[in-house]
Amino acid sequence: MPVPVLKQGDVLIASIQSALTDRDLLQLKDELAEKVGQFRSSGVIIDVTALDVMDSFATRTLRGLAAATKLRGAETVIVGIQPDVAMALVELGLTLEGVETALDLEEGLETLRAAVDAHRHGG
Amino acid sequence: MAAERMTEQVAVENNVAIERDVDIVTARQLGRELATSVGFSGSDLTLIATAISEVARNIVVYAERGEIRLQLAQKDGRRGIEVVAADQGPGIPDIERAMQDGFSTGRSLGLGLPGARRLMDEFEIVSEPGKGTMVTMRKWRR
Repeated sequence: MPVPVLKQGDVLIASIQSALTDRDLLQLKDELAEKVGQFRSSGVIIDVTALDVMDSFATRTLRGLAAATKLRGAETVIVGIQPDVAMALVELGLTLEGVETALDLEEGLETLRAAVDAHRHGG
Repeated sequence: MAAERMTEQVAVENNVAIERDVDIVTARQLGRELATSVGFSGSDLTLIATAISEVARNIVVYAERGEIRLQLAQKDGRRGIEVVAADQGPGIPDIERAMQDGFSTGRSLGLGLPGARRLMDEFEIVSEPGKGTMVTMRKWRR
């Protein structure tokens, strides 16, 4: 199932609604990298609250997504990683290295603002 | 196995054919349901579903098709879940290397198997080049 992407100001919000197949995830990655340019966005938020499983593929893809959008000039924040999912990631030895995370959408937007400001001021 | 005959109260169809990426999602969701019926709690359910996801993806990526078999397990009065991932794919020539834990460094073969092993209590793998691979893993209720 494709992930709806909302444009809010200069931020893109991808709100995952249900379990994603590998193809859905790869599609999201491509779509966001493209839309960041199309809308000249400075930030991307990916809400993974609805994901009950984040395995090695999902984690790798999200890391790649953040790296790709970064190269396109936008910061990415992943929000809503569930407690059980976080524990599973730790057990797996998987990290979201280089990717900003936040508790929820609200905090994610704040994190994004701070990151974008730092970026603009040469931080 | 006796445990096999004791699954009437849970899902009737516990085998999932694995051919496409969408089957990975089906397998881990069914695994979560079965584990719930066995009495596993929240975080264990996520660990089990994640482990199933890893071994199922292995089939899609390396063997193209195979099967995930899910069933109740019992041992010494303990209850748990057994997950078998079987395929007739190319097999793994060097299991030791495949089981090397190199996720964060990217030095492993990327099979997701070391991860699955960490998430479960028991993990066995049998593989024969040209014949296929069978992973059997179990998790016991705490």
